[in-house]
Amino acid sequence: MIEIGKSVVGRAAPGEEVEAYVVWERETSIRVYQASVESLTGAESSGIGIRVIRGNRVGVSYAGTLEPAEIERALAEARDNARFASEDPHSGIAHPDGVAPPAIDLWRGDILTTPTERKIELAIELERAVKAKDSRIRSLNSSNYGDVSVEGAVVNSAGIASYTQQTYCWLWAYALAGTDDETQTGFGMHASRDVAGLDLAFAAQEAAEKATRMLGATKPASGLFTVVLEPDIASSLLSIVASTLSAEAVQKGRSIFAGRIGEQVASPLLTLLDDPGDPRFFSASPYDDEGLASRCNVLFEEGKLRGYLYDSYTGRKDGTASTGSAIRGGIAGSTTPGPRATMALPGGSSPEQILAGAGDCYLIQSISGIHSGVNPISGDFSVGAEGIRVRNGELAEPVKEFTISSNLQKMLLDVSAVGNDLTFRPGGTAGLTMAIGNVNVSGT
Amino acid sequence: MTLLDETLVRKVLKQALARGGDFAEIFVEEKATFSASLEDSLVEELASGTSRGAGIRVRSGDTTGFAHTADLSEAGLNRAIEAASALARGSTTRVREMAVTPRAFIPLPHEKAVPGSVPKDRKIELLRRLDTAGRGQGAAIRQVNAGYSDSLRRFLVANSDGVFVEEEQVRTRLMISCIALGDTGMQTGYETAAMTMGFELFDEIDIDELAARAANRAIQKLSARPTPSGPMPVVLAGQGGGVLFHEACGHGLEADHILKDSSVYTGRVGERVASPLVTLVDDGTVANQWGTYAHDDEGNPAARNVLIENGVLSDYMWDSTQGSRERRGSSGNGRRQSYAHLPMVRMTNTYLMPGEQSPEEIIADTERGIYVAKLGGGQVNTATGDFVFGMTEAYLIENGQITAPLRDANLIGNGPEVLANIDAVADDFAIIPGTCGKDGQSVPVGCGQPTVRITKVTVGGTAGA
Repeated sequence: MIEIGKSVVGRAAPGEEVEAYVVWERETSIRVYQASVESLTGAESSGIGIRVIRGNRVGVSYAGTLEPAEIERALAEARDNARFASEDPHSGIAHPDGVAPPAIDLWRGDILTTPTERKIELAIELERAVKAKDSRIRSLNSSNYGDVSVEGAVVNSAGIASYTQQTYCWLWAYALAGTDDETQTGFGMHASRDVAGLDLAFAAQEAAEKATRMLGATKPASGLFTVVLEPDIASSLLSIVASTLSAEAVQKGRSIFAGRIGEQVASPLLTLLDDPGDPRFFSASPYDDEGLASRCNVLFEEGKLRGYLYDSYTGRKDGTASTGSAIRGGIAGSTTPGPRATMALPGGSSPEQILAGAGDCYLIQSISGIHSGVNPISGDFSVGAEGIRVRNGELAEPVKEFTISSNLQKMLLDVSAVGNDLTFRPGGTAGLTMAIGNVNVSGT
Repeated sequence: MTLLDETLVRKVLKQALARGGDFAEIFVEEKATFSASLEDSLVEELASGTSRGAGIRVRSGDTTGFAHTADLSEAGLNRAIEAASALARGSTTRVREMAVTPRAFIPLPHEKAVPGSVPKDRKIELLRRLDTAGRGQGAAIRQVNAGYSDSLRRFLVANSDGVFVEEEQVRTRLMISCIALGDTGMQTGYETAAMTMGFELFDEIDIDELAARAANRAIQKLSARPTPSGPMPVVLAGQGGGVLFHEACGHGLEADHILKDSSVYTGRVGERVASPLVTLVDDGTVANQWGTYAHDDEGNPAARNVLIENGVLSDYMWDSTQGSRERRGSSGNGRRQSYAHLPMVRMTNTYLMPGEQSPEEIIADTERGIYVAKLGGGQVNTATGDFVFGMTEAYLIENGQITAPLRDANLIGNGPEVLANIDAVADDFAIIPGTCGKDGQSVPVGCGQPTVRITKVTVGGTAGA
């Protein structure tokens, strides 16, 4: 793959910078319903994204194949696109910065060698296991196995040539509990780098428990409460917060954190890192999408804003170095700085201790409408929620069809507990149990 | 030029059923996209490219095997057939004779402005105009982000039931997002124009007005007060987008959810599921709308399907897979994001039919509540019917008058309950473009409605009701 990249970059004209981003991917996706395979997808795909800088103007193009003629066409197209961009003295590709990539091995061969029949069995077994957990599980919407193995290379005319490879797989189920009069749903998942590491029982337990414990849920009364977010929910929230720390958002005046380095922007309980070299993240990689080494960046230190996330372009604009935070939305996506592997440093309390400490509160197990309800620019936050009412630190009745509302900045300052249960799932943000005070619950 | 030689298409279908199976399909797609963006008054990046490939599907009983490839040579297709037919079983089904002539392609009126034929600087000119017009609305506007994109998508779909269809779809989209800064912090305003047509879209829309709407929305919200919290009457503007109906009942009427008993609307055809004022239609044939096409991605013609008529559930939406389970046809709702995705039941343009009252009457008749001028996105759990949708421009209604602007918030409700609580439907109407996500696949859709009033929805604000 590096060779393909080099062949493109080698055609850079004098005074021209060229970057090639090459991806090869193999995936399996199995969906089971009522003990038989509903669908089986197996496929390989590859493609290339090309970025050309001529006279301080950027042009990009892509091809959904690695055929030489298509690559040639994409290169010509990128050059033509560059003619129309505004001149920007900071534009350019990444230059080698001497930082060594973390030595992490993210490839497990068993994803490719495990027979498809075994993968199908796992999904069928998961369905059976969820049903066996509780007689109130009526059926499953689906039980799924998926895996992906990805190889990628970034090569540029400034001498960068990086290669990465990753595998991971996952089992997930969506359970339906209840009777004709009432249905509740629960999502359960487990992911691993290799098939051998999949914990089927964990996914089954999670789906069954989340669906059955919602039976009998009602709409709660409105009021101001502490909410305790389960790890997946805290992960969604932290991922939005981290996205506002992209230097691009800051430079373009769309971050609530612009110009606030050193300020106390969050509770002292919150230390937030972006560390894509940590192999526990399914998004981990030794290099970023411009081919620079991954490094650990501190975003909040005990609630104080420490820094933003830079790619090479935004770094040059601020007179600083890239933090190895370039991300690309696939071959056709543009390159921007952003969070790649965000986590809060775990606190000392277990989820049970946090609930006990919060006393009267709501445990939130799922949220909806995060795209329409969270505005990272104004900070307005309002999402639909489901969960369990907690009284005197004990789980009481299930509740649903309510919203929780506040403001992102206010919520960060209102964090009153951070759990010790750091959880990694596919996606770029780890989760843990987190309590946030003074949140508006709107129900009846 | 055809995307794949007809002889090879026949060969692939025959080969795909060689191990057994009831149904085989090949979907070949070529898609060229172009996009350009502007921010900080700079044209940042022009991006373009092409992808081409084929998806092969083999169905035996209720099991579907699927594989896709970017290699359209016979060898490449054979590898995909191998993977797609891995689970095929049973006796070999004969490949039915395909229609000799591919089904007539309905020409969309875009010939004069196919994206590739329009010079790039004309597209960029639109972004500069948006930037100037947006910033011209006031010094409070601190940032304008404008984006242009177009796509030309061609596909060929052929199957063992004799379908052979080629289709071409052209889509063009322009968007602007403005940020206003005031004492209360930053606020945003967003507008988009998107149609299934070529560059002639810009003969029809007023770009300066589009920018002004987005900018003024951001400025207006600087003085917005906290949104109330709790259940109250809500009036949704006809120009605001029909995402409520897309979420509250559209998804729940997709046959895949119905057949898995994971929709609150399962088994309720012929029953009253909404107020008698509600007639809901999904219509892939509305000229040039964002969710419009001539044929769906399984080769079935787009149709106008009445889902709810005067409050009574009349039918669900179907693709060929779900249709075959119930021994009925598709309703033209089988869609996929690309050749690399399996088709499933999707909406096209989903809208509520207009009623007879004027919007002004409805507002005047509302003592206290919320007027939502512009809706944001939404999400639904079809199994419980609980859904949310966002509002990105809203006002208080006090004594029948629209008064103070409100901050962004989500509204939450239960589909069947909200549909029963619709007590007024106006005579205005508009369809708004959107992107619908389901199972990781995104497709363009339209959502439409007249001005309607719901007697009670829970509003997720931060102020006491």
